[in-house]
Amino acid sequence: MKITDLITALDLKVISGQNGLDNEIKGGYVSDLLSDVMGNAKEGEVWITLQTHQNIIAIASLKDLAAIIIVKGSVPEADTIEKSNTECIPVLSTDMDTFSVAGRLFELLKKE
Amino acid sequence: MKVFRADLHIHTVLSPCGDLDMSPVNIVSEAARKGLDIIGITDHNSTRHCKLIKRLAAQKGIFVLQGAEITTKEEVHCLAFFENTDALDLFQEFLDNNLPDLINDPDKFGYQVQVDENDIVIFEEKRLLTNALSKSFEEVEAFTHNLNGLFIPAHIDKLKNSIYSQLGFLPVNMKADALEISRLTSPEKFTAAHPEIKGFTITRSSDAHFPDNIGTIFTNFSMETRSFSEIRQALKGVNGRKVFTE
Repeated sequence: MKITDLITALDLKVISGQNGLDNEIKGGYVSDLLSDVMGNAKEGEVWITLQTHQNIIAIASLKDLAAIIIVKGSVPEADTIEKSNTECIPVLSTDMDTFSVAGRLFELLKKE
Repeated sequence: MKVFRADLHIHTVLSPCGDLDMSPVNIVSEAARKGLDIIGITDHNSTRHCKLIKRLAAQKGIFVLQGAEITTKEEVHCLAFFENTDALDLFQEFLDNNLPDLINDPDKFGYQVQVDENDIVIFEEKRLLTNALSKSFEEVEAFTHNLNGLFIPAHIDKLKNSIYSQLGFLPVNMKADALEISRLTSPEKFTAAHPEIKGFTITRSSDAHFPDNIGTIFTNFSMETRSFSEIRQALKGVNGRKVFTE
């Protein structure tokens, strides 16, 4: 499944990083501790978080993550948006909370 | 130059985790007993005990850096200090405006009380002070520096509520006046593991929650006299002033 398919399936809003929308999804990871994501997330995963700090992009880029989903309608900082466009890491937004969006993503990936 | 011994991270009874014995009077007498020349008062998201402690400490010849330990939106703990009452009051307003409206349960988290010099309770903070403000690390830093304050990310070596635990690594172009490490590591060890912090001044303080903790770890300031401006110069390492740890 590509990020574009996920956007349609979960009705996500694209905030930035449009150039990464063809990224292929290999899994998901949920954490709000950036040190934990740096240590444990794997390439191609979609990262679900409530963090909006610019460092999320560097970590997603370092770990080759497919995209970041920001929950509960939070708006990322301007720095984050700018870096997301430079690094081609899509930042997506949803009004759902982490539990709901992770559940929906899990179900979608299970069907594949 | 003279050397002044400073413990810049001390909680009072106002912090929910601060022991009931951490009253302004007790903190000042313990700091005097430990031979401290400078103390930093850093309750979680509150500056309300600073003024009384500054007044009491002056009687014992101790200089007080007035500030707070802020929990940013990302749950990074940072120390901020201010030179005068106007700046301190503006910062208190910033804290009040950005602390979530979640009520403290003293049985679970501890009492959040402000006391006078006779240890009589004069105010109880109803909102839980340890919660994260609605302002980001960079917003707190900018607000502090706009008030000419000092901004020091706290216990950066810790696995919770530190820059490294919450944000993974140092944000690019971070504007910090120093970085604090805890008693759990040493400047040599931590710098060896994190060469990227070279160039930043390192401070060590006790993060005292009990009277016994006060002054157990400290930072030396080599400077002419004790003032906010001298401390700023020492942290910057300019005009012959400097900071060193043991």
